[in-house]
Amino acid sequence: MSDEQTTQIREAIQSAISENPVILFMKGTPDQPMCGFSARTVEILQHVGTPFAAVNILPDPRIRQELSGLSNWPTIPQLFIDGEFVGGCDIVTEMYESGELQTALGVEDSPGEAAPEPAPQEPAPLTIENRL
Amino acid sequence: MAATDAPATPEELKERIEAGIPGATADVSGDGHHFNAVVSAPAFRGLSRIAQHRLVYDVFGAEVGDRIHALSIQTKASETENIA
Repeated sequence: MSDEQTTQIREAIQSAISENPVILFMKGTPDQPMCGFSARTVEILQHVGTPFAAVNILPDPRIRQELSGLSNWPTIPQLFIDGEFVGGCDIVTEMYESGELQTALGVEDSPGEAAPEPAPQEPAPLTIENRL
Repeated sequence: MAATDAPATPEELKERIEAGIPGATADVSGDGHHFNAVVSAPAFRGLSRIAQHRLVYDVFGAEVGDRIHALSIQTKASETENIA
């Protein structure tokens, strides 16, 4: 594998994180998660009702390698809000249960009702696949 | 890397967490691939959740995701040093 390609992957990850207010790096896709932890995290985000982008890390092992290098976090999934690494499944679950996640996302605690969006965003869920 | 090729056990993970994080007590369950660790340590005080979990992941380095396929973590900052 060339260094150039690895750099391209890293840059694509960085711009995906900065361009998407809420982005989840996961195994599989929101419709077809390939791991229980990814599935659970998707479920929480969908329950909270926030639009989010999703990146499947499985197609190329370098995505995970570069992502973990950037975030200094070894496991998948990884959630970023407003460019900041928030955590994996355990932390997202804890934050959801305590209401911190809803606060961080700027949505009301109760799902269902149209939550006021801080800024207009692309329709959800936006899936970025095989772009990396 | 200190790891062996033998399957990881909850006992091994518990021992390594408690040895790697000063004053930590760990409660680990798992099936050899997927583990859950509940860890309390005074070292967690004042740290964000991310930083607390990183301390636990750091005990295992590259083994997480590999030999230790999945490691779920819950952390608690303990008030006092745990003296075994």
